[in-house]
Amino acid sequence: MNYLVGAFKPPCNIFISFTDGRSRKQVPLKKENGKTVMVALFQSQENIVGEVVVIEPIHGKKVEHNGVKIELLGQIELYFDRGNFYDFTSLVRELDVPGELYERKTYPFEFSTVEMPYESYNGVNVRLRYILKVTISRNYVSNIVEYQDFVVRNYTPPPSINNSIKMEVGIEDCLHIEFEYSKSKYHLKDVIIGKIYFLLVRIKLKNMELEIRRRESTGSGPNTYVETETLAKFELMDGAPVRGESIPIRLFLSPYELTPTYRNINNKFSVKYYLNLVLVDEEDRRYFKQQEITMYRNLEAS
Amino acid sequence: MLNGTEDEEKWLAEGIAGIQHNAFYMHRALDSNNLREALKYSAQMLSELRTSKLSPHKYYELYMRAFDELKRLELFFKDDSKHGVSVVDLYELVQHAGNILPRLYLLCTVGSIYIKSKEAPAKEVLKDLVEMCRGVQHPIRGLFLRSYLAQISRDKLPDIGSEYEGDADTVMDAVDFVLQNFTEMNKLWVRMQHQGPGGVREKREKERSELQDLVGKNLHVLSQIEGVDLEMYKETVLPRVLEQVVNCKDDLAQYYLMDCIIQVFPDEYHLQTLETLLGACPQLQPTVDVKTVLSRLMDRLSNYAASSADVLPEFLQVEAFSKLSNAIGKVIEAQLDMPAVGAITLYVSLLTFTLRVHPDRLDHVDQVLGACVKKLSNIPKLEDSRAMKQVVALLSAPLEKYNDIVTALTLSNYPRVMDHLDIGTNKLMAMVIIQSIMKNNSCISTADKVEVLFELIKGLIKDIDGADVDELDEEDFKEEQNSVARLIHMLYNDEPEEMLKIICIVRKHTMVGGPKRLPFTVSSLVFSALRLLRQLQGQEGDIVGEEASMTPNKNFQLLTQIIESLSAVPSPELALRLYLQCAEAANGCDIEHVAYEFFTQAFVLYEEEIADSKAQVTAIHLIIGTLQRMNVFGVENRDTLTHKATGYSARLLKKADQCRAVYACSHLFWVDDQDGIKDGERVLLCLKRALRIANAAQQMANVARGSGGPVSLFVEILNKYIYFFEKGNKQITSSAIQGLIELINTEMQSDSTNPDSVADAFLASTLRYIQFQKQKGGVMGEKFESIKL
Repeated sequence: MNYLVGAFKPPCNIFISFTDGRSRKQVPLKKENGKTVMVALFQSQENIVGEVVVIEPIHGKKVEHNGVKIELLGQIELYFDRGNFYDFTSLVRELDVPGELYERKTYPFEFSTVEMPYESYNGVNVRLRYILKVTISRNYVSNIVEYQDFVVRNYTPPPSINNSIKMEVGIEDCLHIEFEYSKSKYHLKDVIIGKIYFLLVRIKLKNMELEIRRRESTGSGPNTYVETETLAKFELMDGAPVRGESIPIRLFLSPYELTPTYRNINNKFSVKYYLNLVLVDEEDRRYFKQQEITMYRNLEAS
Repeated sequence: MLNGTEDEEKWLAEGIAGIQHNAFYMHRALDSNNLREALKYSAQMLSELRTSKLSPHKYYELYMRAFDELKRLELFFKDDSKHGVSVVDLYELVQHAGNILPRLYLLCTVGSIYIKSKEAPAKEVLKDLVEMCRGVQHPIRGLFLRSYLAQISRDKLPDIGSEYEGDADTVMDAVDFVLQNFTEMNKLWVRMQHQGPGGVREKREKERSELQDLVGKNLHVLSQIEGVDLEMYKETVLPRVLEQVVNCKDDLAQYYLMDCIIQVFPDEYHLQTLETLLGACPQLQPTVDVKTVLSRLMDRLSNYAASSADVLPEFLQVEAFSKLSNAIGKVIEAQLDMPAVGAITLYVSLLTFTLRVHPDRLDHVDQVLGACVKKLSNIPKLEDSRAMKQVVALLSAPLEKYNDIVTALTLSNYPRVMDHLDIGTNKLMAMVIIQSIMKNNSCISTADKVEVLFELIKGLIKDIDGADVDELDEEDFKEEQNSVARLIHMLYNDEPEEMLKIICIVRKHTMVGGPKRLPFTVSSLVFSALRLLRQLQGQEGDIVGEEASMTPNKNFQLLTQIIESLSAVPSPELALRLYLQCAEAANGCDIEHVAYEFFTQAFVLYEEEIADSKAQVTAIHLIIGTLQRMNVFGVENRDTLTHKATGYSARLLKKADQCRAVYACSHLFWVDDQDGIKDGERVLLCLKRALRIANAAQQMANVARGSGGPVSLFVEILNKYIYFFEKGNKQITSSAIQGLIELINTEMQSDSTNPDSVADAFLASTLRYIQFQKQKGGVMGEKFESIKL
């Protein structure tokens, strides 16, 4: 019986932990099964130091192996191509030479100043993740593998040039508006300040809202998939304005789950953000103007 | 329509249910100190206010429900030990709400706590709130939201002396805030007129007027701000409020707000900013009821002026009158369509104002009237009865104020205003003037004023072209003319020269009055002239020769002319009486030829004009009576006149009348004065003649009816006999009396068929009198002794 049990369970358990695990910031991460777990947060150029603990095999059985190694992988997974991971980063540390495991063993590991240029991302059609993968290679039987996810976020300094977005749009003789967003680049906890100035209103407007939309494009060439999500709908105005009115905009970004703008990540995908100003008339017709904004992650604000 | 209201009730009920439902969960969250849930349910609750289906009235009900709940929420927010979030964070947190209306209600609620916490200057928070509220452009929802903002911020304005007062210019911030909220609210309110569900205009206006106090409350708040002193009011508050009022170009709003400004701010502010305030009036929409606005302003200022004498210098200093006057002029000029009644109402208000504030400035009153004339002269014909009433009010005001027509007479424009009245009203006004004179017993004492006065009341004095004579009510007419007659007696001056002028003027005016009026006016005028005459007589000694123009002679000429005017009128009896009066006056003045002339006139009239026998009887008796008293005539003239009188007497129609007239003539020859004429022979002649006529009458009666005539005639003649007998007329002897008594007795017995109790009693008393005289003894007793009864 014991033998049978042992056949379905991995012969030994592996735990991966970080040295500074207690003090390091933990962030939620959504797993494939839909569960959210808290995982450690890193940024590029950090040392990833920790240890791998291999609990001794059950009932003192020995496990023969061809070596123990730990890999740090940065992977992009495109959902239309599920199952195929593209590793853009792969670092390996050999932890043990081939031999036998018969007792609890602890292997310290260290990846120094790891280059992790891309952030973890969990999108509609694409996922970018970082994992630590411990493999105990064996002959004839399947390897024993353990994964540990972690999240990478990279902070960028505030942009030196951050122009406002200002534009006059309209439908001839029907509607002319001028809108202004104070900046074109926002950090994730930023506030969008602006105003809309009505130059001409011949349409019976009902309300006006500002949407934050995320456009995720994956693949390239003919195989490009574009997915757009509306992350926020924020009512700016109730009722019909008259000529000369100016309506203030103040939208706090913090309640929304945003990421920085990603441009052509490893030639695999891009994530862009847009502000979409929507005017709705009494017949529920929608007039809109979409403007791209750049999101960035700011150290101070997070 | 019924469905509409039913639906509305339903929607309101749904809204209230929604609020209650969410409020329940909100309370639970508050009790368990769960901020997140509290925010969620309060936002849901406030979402009920997003409805567009309710009329303002119903929406208000819904709003009040939510308002009560927000108070509870505010208490919770205030206590950060319960939710552990700083007010600054809370201020951000509520802004995460996706719908704008709940978001802004919550923001205002937290904002009020933010100010109280003093973590940020009140002015910053207020400014932010009032700016953010721009997001609600729906009129009703916006108005209520902003009224909520005004409500919660009221006690938190950085006013002077307030705990939220900042470092510098802080009142200005408070004022700016309120002004901005006011401006935005007014814009929304005005917009209701053009937006919203396409309803009937009246309905929309009704709905709007239900909301007006929300807008007006801001002005009230402004007036309550301690720091708004005159300077600030003048420099900032008023100009900005007016700018908004003028620019909104909405009649309802303009009217309401102007009124609001006038009512909420202190009087002295108005006084000092009159120019600005008034400057706005001509810029208002033509449909705005500016006159009411201005009237109210003037009423307020008048009351202010009346409240204390100390403030009057201020009025003078700011030249309130001329400013108001100018403003009214401009308004009237600007609003071409304004009906006459409007313009005149304005003038009435201005007049009331100046009468109260500057009672001593008649020139102001005249100026107002002048302006009114100018306005009226542009209108072809004033037909609006309301306008007419206002003109009457305009004209009556100075009379009431000064209680003295004399004052009004100095107003050169007064008559010109009256010219614009229609005939009926003109008369009415004239009556008012006359009544005023009567009431106050004012004496009009110069010719100029009389001239003006008659110009004023000319509606009563003469027929005006186009008047419909048939419509005149006889009684009214009589009353009017009697009033005029009374008025003539009120015109008096001690100075004969002036008085003559007055009479001339009155004459000039009354002469054109036409046949219907003259009988009323001429006699007044004649007596007025006679009074002057007596007056002259009184002074004769002193000023003789000094004023050649003022001789009684002249006066009499005038009188003649006056009375002659009656010839045009079929009222000879009156003329006759007046001639006789004049003759008597001439007698008093000792001017024989004039008196003679008057008598001649009287006789001519008698002869030519008086045809009715009864009138003749009356007239002849009047003539005899007057003539009897005349002592100015020489023998010849007197003879002529008495002769004529006797002659006419004998020619009366009825024997009885003849008889009575003739025996009356007997007195013409026996004036019981010291140097009166005493011609006993002719007395006897008259009496005998009377007897003859009585006899004839008796015989005629016998023939006609087979019975005796009036014995009383004989008794009357007997009485005359006894009178002259007593007076010592030698021609009347006791035997004659004796004979007459016997004659009467015979007559009495003969006509027993027709006993005349009156004559019997008369005779009996006469006989008793003789008996009495006999018994009295003395000279008289002796005289009567010879008469045997």
